[in-house]
Amino acid sequence: MSRLLISVLASSAFLACSWFAAPPTHADENPAPADPSLRPVFDEFGGKAGLDALMEDFMIALVDDPRTRDYFADADQKHIKDMLSEQFCVILGGPCSYTGKGMKEAHAKLTINEAGFNALVEDLQIAMDKHKIPFRAQNKLLAKLAPMHREVITVK
Amino acid sequence: MKSTHTSSLRLTRMALMVMASLACLQQPVSAQDAPETAPTAAELARPKDSAIGSDKLLLTGGVSALEGAAGGGLTPWAIIGGYGTRDQIGANAFYTRVGVQDYHLDDIGVLVGLFDRIELSVAKQRFDTQQVGAALGLGRGFTFTQDIIGLKVKVAGDAVHEQDTWLPQIALGMQYKKNDQGAVLDAIGAEHDHGIDFYASATKLYLSQSLLMNLTLRFTKANQIGILGFGGDRNDSYKPQLEGSAAYLLSRTLAIGAEYRMKPDNLGIADEDDWFDAFVAWAPTKHVSVTLAYANLGNIVIKDDQRGIYASVQVGF
Repeated sequence: MSRLLISVLASSAFLACSWFAAPPTHADENPAPADPSLRPVFDEFGGKAGLDALMEDFMIALVDDPRTRDYFADADQKHIKDMLSEQFCVILGGPCSYTGKGMKEAHAKLTINEAGFNALVEDLQIAMDKHKIPFRAQNKLLAKLAPMHREVITVK
Repeated sequence: MKSTHTSSLRLTRMALMVMASLACLQQPVSAQDAPETAPTAAELARPKDSAIGSDKLLLTGGVSALEGAAGGGLTPWAIIGGYGTRDQIGANAFYTRVGVQDYHLDDIGVLVGLFDRIELSVAKQRFDTQQVGAALGLGRGFTFTQDIIGLKVKVAGDAVHEQDTWLPQIALGMQYKKNDQGAVLDAIGAEHDHGIDFYASATKLYLSQSLLMNLTLRFTKANQIGILGFGGDRNDSYKPQLEGSAAYLLSRTLAIGAEYRMKPDNLGIADEDDWFDAFVAWAPTKHVSVTLAYANLGNIVIKDDQRGIYASVQVGF
């Protein structure tokens, strides 16, 4: 009886957690879906200035990483850093507007597989660690970025 | 209500598309909008690809469960073991020791993860009865050895990347188990010295909560996961058993959590309890991980309330 109770409770908790964690729809291609509830996370990133500073080290890591170097070494790095900072700012409910391209358009000409996508995530995590951004705040941003794998990964 | 919402969304989208095309018509052709030139080297760049790779994110390959599958310690997860992405092959090997008051278990195994889709595993468990063996007339340090071959196939979802859907990653698996002590198993009332477990697992990383959840439904006849054979005098049919894990990520390299594993109770002479543990898993790199747990295994044959330490080391890529 208690076994049954435990399994029913565990199943319900799991389903409830799945249900409330996110609506059961895929994000559309909005590259910067603003979430005002993440404003405290924006503050944990040090606001727009914090994001700008983060991008400096993020780009250094991306160019340093042999798995991502070729995408960024000869690209307009300043433009990419500016756009990423705007994008993250908007997503985290900050007072910015995103002036860049959609994720699909921005990556259409690149050959990016899952390994390349994950490499960028790792480099971002290392840069966020370096900037002492709390791990839970990092994950709240990454949770918003992760679904973009559908548009960023071009090698299916 | 939902259809109204959808159609208004569609209308909005159509309006936006019309506006966008009008805007395009009005926009002067700038240098950036000039006819496309041939892609440059940078545009065609991609990582140096190799089928042997480790580009899954840290800890998302799980650790090695008792029966060799990737998962938590007590139960398999829907993830495919190793650090290979959908384009890569990953593999790892583990050694686990569980020591409780009156018994200990040594457990070794290897697994291969193919393209984040299929997982093949083998494991060997050696269960030492220590003094209990003598008490039962089997001899001090009498051991049961069990070989396990596992297959797991991911059928849906992506536990890590799909952060905006409710769908967990789902995998189906089976484990063929063969115990080497047929005569003793027969004497204690087990019906078989081998069996196959079938399971379905659902795993989801709730990244915004730094939380990973897993549920596994296993159909099995195994007594004490097969160490005491399969089926018995009380019952010899497949029974569904629920297993669950919850893990909280403390950092990229460190997770803590707890697990539960329901078990059947087929043998008249040896009551069997559900298992619990609380664990900490540490992966300093993708090539090494260490898991420590405190496990409560309940009654095992003639010894009740068996508790102790579960320790596991995994190496791989």
